[in-house]
Amino acid sequence: MAATLSPPRILPSGDAAITVEFSRTIDDEANRRVLALDRLLMTSPVDGVTETVPTYRSLLVHYDPLRVDYETLGANLSALAQQPPTRREAARRWRIPVTYGGEYGIDLEETAKALDLSTETLIARHTGATYRVAMIGFTPGWSYLSGLDPTLELSRRLNPRLVTPAGTIPIGGVQAGIQCLAGPNGWHLLGRTPVRTYQFNREPVFLLEPGDEVIFHPIDAKEFIERDRAAEHGEIVAELVAS
Amino acid sequence: MSKLVVTAVGPATSVQDGGRYGAQRYGLTPSGAMDRLALAAANCLAGNPLFGAAIELGPLSATFTARDGAIRVAVAGAPRSAKVGAHDVPLLQSLTLADGESLTLGAARGEVFSYLAIEGGIPGVPMFGSLAVNARAGLGSPYPRPLQPGDELQVAAASMSGERSIALPAKPDGPIRVVPGPQDDEFGNALSLFLDSEWKISGTSDRMGYRLEGPVIKHLHGHNIVSDGTVNGSIQVPGNGQPIVLMPDRGTTGGYPKIATVIGADIGRFAQIPAGRGFRFKAISMKDAQTAARAMDTLLHSLPSRLREPGGFDFNIEALQNANVAGAAVNAFDAGTWQPDNSSGHQP
Repeated sequence: MAATLSPPRILPSGDAAITVEFSRTIDDEANRRVLALDRLLMTSPVDGVTETVPTYRSLLVHYDPLRVDYETLGANLSALAQQPPTRREAARRWRIPVTYGGEYGIDLEETAKALDLSTETLIARHTGATYRVAMIGFTPGWSYLSGLDPTLELSRRLNPRLVTPAGTIPIGGVQAGIQCLAGPNGWHLLGRTPVRTYQFNREPVFLLEPGDEVIFHPIDAKEFIERDRAAEHGEIVAELVAS
Repeated sequence: MSKLVVTAVGPATSVQDGGRYGAQRYGLTPSGAMDRLALAAANCLAGNPLFGAAIELGPLSATFTARDGAIRVAVAGAPRSAKVGAHDVPLLQSLTLADGESLTLGAARGEVFSYLAIEGGIPGVPMFGSLAVNARAGLGSPYPRPLQPGDELQVAAASMSGERSIALPAKPDGPIRVVPGPQDDEFGNALSLFLDSEWKISGTSDRMGYRLEGPVIKHLHGHNIVSDGTVNGSIQVPGNGQPIVLMPDRGTTGGYPKIATVIGADIGRFAQIPAGRGFRFKAISMKDAQTAARAMDTLLHSLPSRLREPGGFDFNIEALQNANVAGAAVNAFDAGTWQPDNSSGHQP
């Protein structure tokens, strides 16, 4: 029999949710276990579980306390989380266009300077990586990506911007991101994508799933405007590519 | 069809229902009523499903006018004056506005939110099963934003059935019950300070979160954690040590340690505490929190049996019988708040 994995911490988030915590830090292996448990709960539903929220290091499991109590569900989730993974399914891979620099990425030059790189090298390293959607949170479609080239790590801005545009492609610390809606952001803004990871009058409403892979490729401003118009009319302007 | 016209309205007034669940994994917050019990009571009076869409009214006054026919409405939640024309009308009782008549609701007194339910509900296009307004995500029906003067809701014409009132149990006013965690170990002795202190809700609070004013709650290891998931009632503590209780329009994930969580049975009561009034928290065991959840569910589902004809007669025999069952449940609900916590149950 295969050895079991280390037990996660089972933490109470009120009387109707359990946090299954695999790590306290951003940890790639912990995130894989989060996503594996999430997938397991999707494919083999557990009675009383109503929805799950994967994050970098923990899975938040919402449940109905009228159908299952904390002790029972907590023990069940702990056991499930310690099962060795079965075969890993191939992740979907999305190719997402980005217009870098200028008005599209107002921090590109400053970020390159801070990293002691040319803007061309910064773009090449940002588009050269394969990212994984580690979690989606904060606001609809805001996708947190792991897999940033370590030479691009740069601590977040001291003064977060209160308003940044829809489709912003930022990096911050060890993370990369895709911000869907306009809103506050304390990361470094490298570019913008016309892709809507969330669009409520489109099917699917949410483009990316936690666990999906993402690669970026550069497009010029003219192409951004064309694809942005298409996206506005509900077209999915990202491509699914073979992984 | 009749029309309910928003004649005058303050901020923080929007269409809300039981909430939009199932897409928190994509960053979509549930939204929904701040006080589910008051929403359910208003809907019950209007003959609607308990968690159907109604108008959630903020603390300021508002006026609604019936057009193109009569409309039956009911208001529950915060105490406030209610007038049709120059005549006072009671809350917690359905009433029919004749074509052209206006219902004027005064400012909330001692609480914050009220619910105006309309017989037949609010027609709209559900998104993830909900009409609740989430302005940031562009969701909500018929208007994906708070209501404004001049807005019109197409609603059903009033039926001919009799008016009714509802008998609600006295509202508990004990401390707001919490379950410690998930990151109470980030605080050490500051958890006791949090539980032993009097708190006030800041005037800058909104449907995303209630900011608390009180002693500074210090973290053991700093205020940044790796973001994890949040729930309604999560009490996160940012760097300034002043906790924020997350409410239905919260971000689905957050990067501050969460010291405790307001239990589901008390979050509506907590939402009704006005800015500036002092209150306290009390830690209870998970077992007691889940008992309180069951008691609240029983209370919610007892509401139809609590309907009466205005004037005090029981609505029907069946309701009378159900009321006895419901009465027992309500005792359990009240007891959950009032009795000292001697539980030896689970301590997280």
